[in-house]
Amino acid sequence: MSDATQSAAAIPARDPTYNFAYLDEQTKRMIRRALLKAVAVPGYQVPFAGREMPMPYGWGTGGVQVTASILTADDRLKVIDQGADDTTNAVSIRKFFQRTAGVAVTEKTAEASVIQTRHRIPEAPLADGQILVYQVPIPEPLRFLEPRETETRKMHAYQDYGLMHVKLYEDIARHGHIATTYAYPVKVEGRYVMDPSPTPKFDNPKMSDCPALQLFGAGREKRIYAIPPYTKVESLDFEDHPFTVQSWEQRCALCGAEDSFLDEVLTDDKGGRMFVCSDTDYCGDRRAQGFRGEAAEDAA
Amino acid sequence: MYVAVKGGERAIENAHRLLAEDRRGDPAQSEIAPEQIRDQLKLAVDRVMTEGSLYDRDLAALALKQARGDQIEAIFLLRAYRTTLPRFGAAVPVETSRMALERRISATFKDLPGGQILGPTFDYTHRLLDHDLAEGHAPAAPAEGAPAPDDAPRVLDLLAQEGLIEEAADGDRPAREPGDITREPPSFPAERDVRLQTLARGDEGFLLALGYSTQRGYGRTHPFAGEIRLGTVAVEFEPEELGFPVEIGEIEMTECQMVNQFKGSAEQAPCFTRGYGVAFGHGERKAMAMALVDRSLRADAFGEERDSPAQDEEFVLSHCDNVQATGFVEHLKLPHYVDFQSELELLRRLRREHAEKTQPEAAE
Amino acid sequence: MTSSSEDLDAQPLLAVEDLAKRYGRHMGCEAVSFRLWPGEVLGVVGESGSGKTTLLNCVAGRLTPDAGRVLYSDRLGAVRDLHGIAEPERRMLMRTDWAFVHQNPRDGLRMGVSAGANVGEPLMAVGARNYGAIRSAAGDWLAKTEIDVGRIDDPPRTFSGGMQQRLQIARSLAAGPRLVFMDEPTGGLDVSVQARLLDLLRGLVTELKLAVIVVTHDLAVARLLSHRLLVMRGGRVVETGLTDQVLDDPQHPYTQLLVSSVLQP
Repeated sequence: MSDATQSAAAIPARDPTYNFAYLDEQTKRMIRRALLKAVAVPGYQVPFAGREMPMPYGWGTGGVQVTASILTADDRLKVIDQGADDTTNAVSIRKFFQRTAGVAVTEKTAEASVIQTRHRIPEAPLADGQILVYQVPIPEPLRFLEPRETETRKMHAYQDYGLMHVKLYEDIARHGHIATTYAYPVKVEGRYVMDPSPTPKFDNPKMSDCPALQLFGAGREKRIYAIPPYTKVESLDFEDHPFTVQSWEQRCALCGAEDSFLDEVLTDDKGGRMFVCSDTDYCGDRRAQGFRGEAAEDAA
Repeated sequence: MYVAVKGGERAIENAHRLLAEDRRGDPAQSEIAPEQIRDQLKLAVDRVMTEGSLYDRDLAALALKQARGDQIEAIFLLRAYRTTLPRFGAAVPVETSRMALERRISATFKDLPGGQILGPTFDYTHRLLDHDLAEGHAPAAPAEGAPAPDDAPRVLDLLAQEGLIEEAADGDRPAREPGDITREPPSFPAERDVRLQTLARGDEGFLLALGYSTQRGYGRTHPFAGEIRLGTVAVEFEPEELGFPVEIGEIEMTECQMVNQFKGSAEQAPCFTRGYGVAFGHGERKAMAMALVDRSLRADAFGEERDSPAQDEEFVLSHCDNVQATGFVEHLKLPHYVDFQSELELLRRLRREHAEKTQPEAAE
Repeated sequence: MTSSSEDLDAQPLLAVEDLAKRYGRHMGCEAVSFRLWPGEVLGVVGESGSGKTTLLNCVAGRLTPDAGRVLYSDRLGAVRDLHGIAEPERRMLMRTDWAFVHQNPRDGLRMGVSAGANVGEPLMAVGARNYGAIRSAAGDWLAKTEIDVGRIDDPPRTFSGGMQQRLQIARSLAAGPRLVFMDEPTGGLDVSVQARLLDLLRGLVTELKLAVIVVTHDLAVARLLSHRLLVMRGGRVVETGLTDQVLDDPQHPYTQLLVSSVLQP
């Protein structure tokens, strides 16, 4: 299949110049303490002393630090960006952990013990014992309504969340429906309003009552938060304008799936386009099972 | 048959090979050595050390070479390297009043103990391109003179003797151990130790613009350059098992102390106030800009209105780090297919609904 | 108009005891005590610098006084010491029981969101989650404050000054407060607009049986709105009594000066 799978099969030796998974053990302990607190207070943003990493801020330094702190030599790591294992940044982060931790990697959602992701939750249901690590750019769901940290921390402390609904109200007043499509705010276990990271709202329902542990790392903003397994996560809405997810008129052109998030691909400069699964592993799995879409090689 | 685009490791590897070739440039030219950068592009190296928070001329020069002269990229390289270094402890505070001076000027007193020392400066040069530098040249030997005194008192200490300026330890100095922004997450409001650390590694351009804005009326502080000094200071470290400090080396640094007006309040008599700036190596512009911004950020301590950007602690401290800023700005290059797809779908729907509303007949 | 202060069995809504606030050596207000009964409108008058706005801010929980207490009797009859309770509890009171009307409507409105959202926000802050119900409540409040309901989706920056002030009043009353603080509510408006707003305010206060503390330097506003008056000078209360009594037969020389300096009609 792709280049990534081939190189993923052979586990390269760990580069001994660096400590296991790059970070020193003290830093990992500091991050683990923050993670424990985050798990204990679901949805609460725990400040942590994020380190400078060898990749730029905004490119996954938070997720990388979380992954580095929880990774063990026996883990099998999957890294996705936009749902795909072979996007450049996913490739780069996977290589980083192959080099510094020497861990096994995989593209199979079901085989991974740790999955680091940017912007998607895999389509295949996650299982007990798996950990999903999200890369988060702006952890504060209230940030674009109130830019000041000193204010937003008070708003969380006092559950002063009226402003959050003002935004949704304005959407409905203007457009007839809520016009937030990604980074759609959620309330965790009835207490903290939380930013799910810029995943499409399509993925929001997967967060609730999920058997896997969900960890969120924001490196530049130095915040960690978590959703423990089987925690209730509600997307904010109004009784008479309930939360809904995106749906497509099309099916995946490769595997025919009608239940997955579809990426639009421009096929020519005359308006030609097709829709394919954003989750490449899910799509490949379905094709291996014999499902075919209209543009698949042996269809038609 | 459609085959989805693969980002692929090969593309990344090829891009990096191209980068290496571009970095080398025309192979007919001799390759630049880090030592040349270290010695001949000193000010670039100094800035990388200051904002990279690591005093190592050779590594900073190497970073500049690797970054093809891009300062922020070089700073980033140094910072990422710094993360991997073990920490032995904190040095004893350096004593800048015992600095071996290369340069020392005051804009507040014509003459003063220790004298004014101009040192190596662009000041008072005419900014005319010097075509002689295009060829190899040997500069004339500098003039010889009496060695600079190594215990010139700081100008602000002279003012303090008369009580004309606030005490340095004016309650801004915490009773606790100073904070460490590389080991503790930021929280607001910040105390001055943390503010100064953040400003010290803050972007020179950003602080320069903010400092400039205070001079143009956005949070005016009526500053005078009380003293700017450049020179080397000894770094001392006290190993726990020894119980007394030992000198472990020396570093070159620039220090700027601004003197600012303060009209006084109900509790406080009028006096001068301080703004403090510091940089590794020779970094006058940075140290001065930092001193202006430091003083502006102390608005609350003097009951001044806070209504300008340079007085807004959260705004200044949250945005002055160029490694953070460049990472987040440049992350827009990363794929956002999924979010964009979601917005695309919404936009199409909104446009369809809009068309149905405005042209009901067309919709039929 | 009858003053509810005659209901002597009723528990006061608010009891202010010996309140003081200093700014360095300068005194903001000192030794201020008064009571406010449900449905009563108390006017606080005095020239600028007399300490009336400082007093209002201390009583409304926006400033912490240096001495004294503010006791509030809540809907269940429990008495709460405003500056003794924890911040979350105080914020909850401010959302559910109290409202504040600023002189400048920009201080009380969100200028970037629609009029409907401005009025709906206090409802959403206390848990309203039905869009249709929030919107119709917002529409009702716009109508009550004489704002064209057709403007419900317009942002307040497109409104005139008088409309903005009426919108602020609608927003402050939407969550059904028992006690409203007003700081020079007609201060920034021209005279003809003032009269209409005062009329509106008087009607709403009576209809909703609101208790109000209104700070004003304008004796005409005080006469029209309030049952009782506190006259302040140099941070202290120099005279207090029923509005007509104070204005028609002032006892303190400062009040006499204040009253005589107003052009009689």
